[in-house]
Amino acid sequence: MQNNSWIPLFPEQASSFAWQVDALYFYIIAVCLFFGIGVVIFLTLFAFKYREREKFATPVEIHGSNVLEITWTAIPFVIAMTIFAFGTYVFFNLYQMPKDAMEVYVVGKQWMWKMQHSTGQREINELHVPVGRKVKLIMTTEDVIHDVFIPAFRTKADVVPGRYTYLWFEATKPGRYQLYCAEYCGLNHSGMIGWVNVMEQRDFDNWLAGNVTNQTPVEAGRDLFENKLGCASCHQDNGGRGPSMKNIFGKPQKLANGDTVTIDENYLRESIINPQAKIADGYQPIMPTFKGQVSEDQLNQIVLYIKSLSGAAATTGTTPAAAAPKAPAASMTPAASPTPVTTQATTTKEKGSK
Amino acid sequence: METVAELRDTTKAPKLNYLTNGYSVASWLLTKDHKRIAMLYLGSVSFFFLLGGFFAALIRLELMTPNSDLMEAATYNRVFTAHGIIMVFLFLIPAIPASLGNFLIPLMIGAKDLAFPRINLLSWYLYMLGGLVAAYALINGGVDTGWTFYVPYSTTFSNGWVVVTGLGAFIIGFSSILTGVNFIATIHTMRAPGMTWFRLPLYVWSHYATSLIMVLGTPVVAITILLLALERIAKIGIFDPAIGGDPILFQHLFWFYSHPAVYIMILPAMGIVSELISSFSRKRIFGYEFVAFSSIAIAVIGFLVWGHHLFVSGQSVYAALVFSILTLIVAVPSAVKTFNWTATLYKGSISFDTPMLYAFSFLGLFLVGGLTGLFLGTAGMDIHLSDTYFIIAHFHYVMVGSTVIGFLGGIHYWWGKMTGKTYSEFWGKISAMLVFIGFNLTFFPQFVLGYLGMPRRYAAYPEELQVLNVFSTAGAGVLAIGMILPVIYLTLSLFNGKDAGDNPWHLPGLEWRTSSPPPTENFEKTPVVTWEAYDYGDDNGLEKPKV
Repeated sequence: MQNNSWIPLFPEQASSFAWQVDALYFYIIAVCLFFGIGVVIFLTLFAFKYREREKFATPVEIHGSNVLEITWTAIPFVIAMTIFAFGTYVFFNLYQMPKDAMEVYVVGKQWMWKMQHSTGQREINELHVPVGRKVKLIMTTEDVIHDVFIPAFRTKADVVPGRYTYLWFEATKPGRYQLYCAEYCGLNHSGMIGWVNVMEQRDFDNWLAGNVTNQTPVEAGRDLFENKLGCASCHQDNGGRGPSMKNIFGKPQKLANGDTVTIDENYLRESIINPQAKIADGYQPIMPTFKGQVSEDQLNQIVLYIKSLSGAAATTGTTPAAAAPKAPAASMTPAASPTPVTTQATTTKEKGSK
Repeated sequence: METVAELRDTTKAPKLNYLTNGYSVASWLLTKDHKRIAMLYLGSVSFFFLLGGFFAALIRLELMTPNSDLMEAATYNRVFTAHGIIMVFLFLIPAIPASLGNFLIPLMIGAKDLAFPRINLLSWYLYMLGGLVAAYALINGGVDTGWTFYVPYSTTFSNGWVVVTGLGAFIIGFSSILTGVNFIATIHTMRAPGMTWFRLPLYVWSHYATSLIMVLGTPVVAITILLLALERIAKIGIFDPAIGGDPILFQHLFWFYSHPAVYIMILPAMGIVSELISSFSRKRIFGYEFVAFSSIAIAVIGFLVWGHHLFVSGQSVYAALVFSILTLIVAVPSAVKTFNWTATLYKGSISFDTPMLYAFSFLGLFLVGGLTGLFLGTAGMDIHLSDTYFIIAHFHYVMVGSTVIGFLGGIHYWWGKMTGKTYSEFWGKISAMLVFIGFNLTFFPQFVLGYLGMPRRYAAYPEELQVLNVFSTAGAGVLAIGMILPVIYLTLSLFNGKDAGDNPWHLPGLEWRTSSPPPTENFEKTPVVTWEAYDYGDDNGLEKPKV
């Protein structure tokens, strides 16, 4: 996977923002060299020129210079702020989640990664994604804190129990890239590694077709919601004891205590696990907790089902639930069709530069 | 104006010094003399440093090969945890303040002792008690949480001696607080007549800043450890989300102390380097006030940057930006110090004795350690580098390259004052160079490993990363020799070292105006200070020795 030189220096560049991270790296290296070499030159010069000539001499007394002090406070400050600006730009590119991404659910567990595609395919320690397509990982863990780290994509994020965290990337180069757990998680931490397989769209479609499952997570979520857990007995569309779940995702919700929250994955999750935390305005705090009754996988499925009830607006790019069989191809093709071309262009360029 | 002759009563020889004033075990274990307590501390922190170094050696040996073959992952996890806990809590935090600081602050400000001599002794006993508790946990199987004790692993999943180890750190924390209170009170109230704040050596300033952090920061980590123990023992949901807690809260509390703790480690080393550079270039520190206030600026801003440890932890992106900009701002006073040290050499009279070699070594390594902090303080860059070997390399450049090098430089510089003996200058220079070369060979490759993506705390790693790891392990071998040599020749010097003389380098500081080793009461008469710090002129009562 790494380049073939005897001592590798850089990981492969395989995501749309990898070059930005590398550019930032080189910029800070340049700043370091500027100050580092500058100071070393002066140190060497002074050490040589002013070496002791007479034992216990009394050299001229110099107290300092305010002009110099102000200069060498101001210059590092300004340079530090340029680094901050550049770093902030890259930070937002890495950590601001795109709206039109294909979503994959990731559950960390000592010491393995469980992935589930919105089309239902499940994987363990392997993740298949198409090239040139934005992919958003919605992640949580069943036990301790883990961390998804893909060096070739230059991104990582902690996976925290009790909440969802997010990571996104757009792979630019087909290949197989290492995925590490980067947050110490106990005994077999260094064995908690997986692979991201970046495939051409065509190959990815084939892979999807070969991994058909009976039930999409949205369907599984509906089954839980309507039958197994009986949520639907209160959460009816036309005035039950609990609020309707239709067309709520991404919308603001007024709470009984007067606050307002935006209904996102974490709010839904909290309302299932700890229903008393944020009561929707106009409803009684009567919902029981489902903590311990639903697994992380099932939670994901319920959340995904509720999202699907809000239609395409909330789940752009993912599978609209009802139209399960046709949906993957239908929803992916429009976004993906121009990409293979660009991808090939990128690949050729990379090859050319080597 | 006081002269050396006046400060020392030379008529009645031979005088007792603090070492010859009583030989019984009780005269040491019940001493209230800051110099003896400093020597007790020096012995204890050196012991724990060698123990922590032993675990470091095990880590490097394991990482020589990609597979976990020397030890199993279970053992490896306990070894790196032991290395971290011993080095951070039992060596780096107390090392310079409790040994050199304890010894020198009263001497440098012209006082007979610290403000609270009994509390000073109590702090050593607390340190030893905490050390023993931690050692008990270690001997009985240790902990595998890493020195950071991240929850919910430490509270719910780990089955090591988490609470006992935490108790050890908790007790050591009180020792640290007591030392800090003592130093602050001493520097405020015990300065000799004429020793104004701006006549204080910069070493004393740096200890003042350090003590502020010790007093303000340590209680927070103590509370954090208590909460962790409550959750682990009584299952009270504070951090574990399964019982209603918040795991990120722990990281905030932990780093609120543990980031400033880095400044507890490095500020005293910076103080030592100020002394060394001034003494061996015979120049007043360039921009004294700027160097003094940069210590205070680092201590204050250092309290507001803890969130840069949480860039990838799931904290708000806007919080991350605030912590990022503050972190980049705290780089500025460190840069100011470096420029002033460099400018101090200008038109000096520079000699290259062993302590000065350590000072140059410090400048080189701190330059790398400080500048690589820019990468990690930049939020967009840290996402890729967080929890990789880049971090390991960076903080070892700061903690070993700066703190340990500063400590070694200080030990060599004041060895004659503390013991009255001289060490072998030849072996001193050899070991200073071995440490510098070995250190860079060990840790520079780790920057590259980190950028390649090697995560920290991995017992096994991909094969293509082996070459760089072998370099690193080889460097650790050189570094170990460089670290063990001083233990040998310094110990030997106690038995066959030549008489050090009271002021071998003809320096103006107060500690050089009393005998070596100093008498129990430090000065025969309370000195009256009429000169600025670092005044190398002939007008302050010092005669030039015959060369």
